[in-house]
Amino acid sequence: MARLDITKKLAVLADAAKYDASCASSGAKPRKDPVKPGGIGSITGQGICHSYAPDGRCISLLKLLLTNHCIYDCLYCVNRASSDVQRARFTPEEVVQLTLDFYRRNYIEGLFLSSGIIRSPDYTMEQLVRVAQLLREEHGFRGYIHLKTIPDADPNLIEQAGRYADRLSINVELPKATSLEKLAPQKQAGTIRKAMGGLRLRLDEAEDERKRSRRAPAFAPAGQSTQMIVGADGEKDSDILASSANLYSGYKLKRVYYSAYSPIPGSSQSLPARKPPLMREHRLYQADWLYRFYGFAMDEVVGATDGGMLDLDLDPKLAWALRNRQRFPIDVNTASREELLRVPGLGVKSVDRIIDIRRLTTMRLDDVAKLARSAKVLRPFVTALDWTPGASLDGTHLARAVKRPAEQLSLF
Amino acid sequence: MREVVLRAPDDYEGWRDAARALAEAGVPAEAVVWRAAADAPDLFVSPPEEAPSGDRRALRVPRRFVDLAELVACHRDPERFAFLYRLLCRLQDEPRLLDITTDEDVFRIEMMAKSVRRDRHKMTAFVRFKEVLVEGAEPAYLAWFEPEHHILALTAPFFVERFKAMLWTIVTPEARASWDGSALHFGPGGSRDEVPAEDATEEHWRTYYVNIFNPARLKVDAMKREMPVKYWKNLPEAQLIAPLVRSAGTSEARMVATPQKTVPKRAAAIVARADEARAERDAPPTAMGNNGLEALKREALACTRCDLHQFATQTVFGEGLSTADLVFVGEQPGDKEDLAGKPFIGPAGALFDRALGEAGIDRTRAYVTNAVKHFKFEPRGKRRIHKKPGVGEINACHHWLEEELKILRPRLTIALGASAIRSLTGQSASVLSVRGTVLSSALAGPVFVTVHPSFILRLPDEASQTTEFGRFVADLRHAKARAAGEDSTPAATGTLL
Ligand code: SF4
Repeated sequence: MARLDITKKLAVLADAAKYDASCASSGAKPRKDPVKPGGIGSITGQGICHSYAPDGRCISLLKLLLTNHCIYDCLYCVNRASSDVQRARFTPEEVVQLTLDFYRRNYIEGLFLSSGIIRSPDYTMEQLVRVAQLLREEHGFRGYIHLKTIPDADPNLIEQAGRYADRLSINVELPKATSLEKLAPQKQAGTIRKAMGGLRLRLDEAEDERKRSRRAPAFAPAGQSTQMIVGADGEKDSDILASSANLYSGYKLKRVYYSAYSPIPGSSQSLPARKPPLMREHRLYQADWLYRFYGFAMDEVVGATDGGMLDLDLDPKLAWALRNRQRFPIDVNTASREELLRVPGLGVKSVDRIIDIRRLTTMRLDDVAKLARSAKVLRPFVTALDWTPGASLDGTHLARAVKRPAEQLSLF
Repeated sequence: MREVVLRAPDDYEGWRDAARALAEAGVPAEAVVWRAAADAPDLFVSPPEEAPSGDRRALRVPRRFVDLAELVACHRDPERFAFLYRLLCRLQDEPRLLDITTDEDVFRIEMMAKSVRRDRHKMTAFVRFKEVLVEGAEPAYLAWFEPEHHILALTAPFFVERFKAMLWTIVTPEARASWDGSALHFGPGGSRDEVPAEDATEEHWRTYYVNIFNPARLKVDAMKREMPVKYWKNLPEAQLIAPLVRSAGTSEARMVATPQKTVPKRAAAIVARADEARAERDAPPTAMGNNGLEALKREALACTRCDLHQFATQTVFGEGLSTADLVFVGEQPGDKEDLAGKPFIGPAGALFDRALGEAGIDRTRAYVTNAVKHFKFEPRGKRRIHKKPGVGEINACHHWLEEELKILRPRLTIALGASAIRSLTGQSASVLSVRGTVLSSALAGPVFVTVHPSFILRLPDEASQTTEFGRFVADLRHAKARAAGEDSTPAATGTLL
């Protein structure tokens, strides 16, 4: 087999990584561990998107596969053993070099490294750890490192990975165990969950150690995240959301990424070959936010779906409000924070501002509108000093009135 | 009219000192004109007067104002210093003003601060260094950047922190910042030509950019919102955007329409080998330890007799000595047990261990299990709230307990709480009514009843916790004595309600 030069490898192994939605470099704390003098890098905590691809996704990390060879045969994956894509493999040193080259030019915040499984889960994990180790120990790299963790790998390797990486992730892949059985017969939902559970216990332990001693070594300080593929196997949004609630509550994930199933070249016949459902993905993220930041129970979100599917024309909060009109209008001048968070058009920030302002003055509709994202959406759901929505809440046209026109994707 | 001339367009400290003096002296906002050295001078201003004297008042401003002012001082709005001074004066009479976000001035300062923050953020994102190699010298890194506001000095420390070991210079039209490895220097602005047009790494970067883009997800608006076109001219990857967008449709169609032509010959062999390796690893150990309990445990890992397996992490099977005299049966695993796959290790487990210790029972010589082997819970935010297993689940899971007990054949089984009673006897009873009694179970023989340790944990006050803990330990002692055949007092025989 002809050897590929590094540019070719980069092309193949970046291409292989483009189906993974998770990319954020946020949530990490600056590394204080002693590093080599002459080291490079810092972490800001919020993450910086250094570029954007025309698919609207932020580029903050150099996202690569160490190799796209794989001994598994998951049908939804472009790297599956039976796929006829071109294969390549980086050496750990090559990845290290690319990361440092890019970092020095301020193209990236760090590295997000994943891999196809070669030889065995342990061998693959060892190679991933090796890259992180070289970066930290040989080069004093203090930027962000996110390693994909192989669920079956030896706990000792996971321990090492956590020492070097800021974040670890294990992909749940598919929201339903039955889909996993069908599409990825070699992966078991049980193994994946067990690995996440183990990771959470270790993260809790590290947090405890840190509380007792500042010098305790960090273990994946930016926590763990996961990715779920949406739309590969006819699952409902309610399945996905139930799965997310389970993941957040059980494994304290920092993020669940939803990745609309994207057609892959040479895809297997048993999978849909069509455009990824991007709007659906967006609605799932919104529903996810309601659960994480707005105090909604997943049951409530799911209660506002149509047979388990989120409305593509309405954001889920609005959909919920329209089905729970008896709870409105809410008086912006007296309502609790929890109640205000349920008002369509108000975000967490606007709610906090309202609470600050109303200690000093009684708010009018105009004042609220200034803080809201959309005054039009807001109006039927609140009362203010000079405003009561009157009968509009009962109107059958309410849904139509507050719906925003569907966004057109404009061409370039 | 007074005029204050500041040293530089981002001279926050100069503004602060002057503003403090003026405000303390009660000089109204309309009576001051502010000018930064690089701004065009205001022709209608009289020469500065002497510092005013008279009554001084102590100034007070909220911390938030200080933070906002520091940012807004860098705004390119020529009115910024005057505006800040006016707000400072207003704050003396309206100390809570900043909380009223709907006020015109507050709204404006927030918007200005936001704009500066965004500009700073974009600078940290879109500065692109080009490497300059000179024989015999360390590589130097140069960047050209055009900020919207006067943010260079405020933002340079970010680059120092990040690129401490590099020698770098960022040139902007108005000023430059250079790091020489130990100190930061500021100098005059420059032009784009000072910075090389190319860098050897750019080819790699563009290769990455092209390939990480998924043409099936084209969202040009989202990209432009976050990466405004005005920055593109300095981004080496930006020249690729137009061709990528133009060809996206075709590339996507190709992805969708290209069915797999050939399956590589080696694929089947690779997969078969991987499957073999896994099967080998997962095979039950040939020497069957623990009288078949191991095999039972393995079998239970895949149990789907009830719905609980769908949400829990794993089956938590019993653990301990296969020849134990005492078998403890609890309710179900909790959060921690579920994560670790071991029974009785969470808070209730810790209390249980402590009680066992006081009762003189060696946990490693006993066997500990649960009536239901999967954790039942309700997700609530970042926590899982324990939910009592229902009769259906207890019945479904009874199979495993039965098989365990068949192998274990203990002298005495201890039911911890109602779910255990239910599973062992098939009947419902209130724990407190049969506590301390021995029930008979067709399955397990004699069953001694006591409370579940989490019952003690849930008691509201410490005093009753201590009392109940004592009673629990007494129960355990009693059970131990009975199992050892030392107990002469005939235990009351319980009746079920
Ligand atoms: S709780 Fe028991 S019966 Fe239900 S799935 Fe788990 S092991 Fe099987």
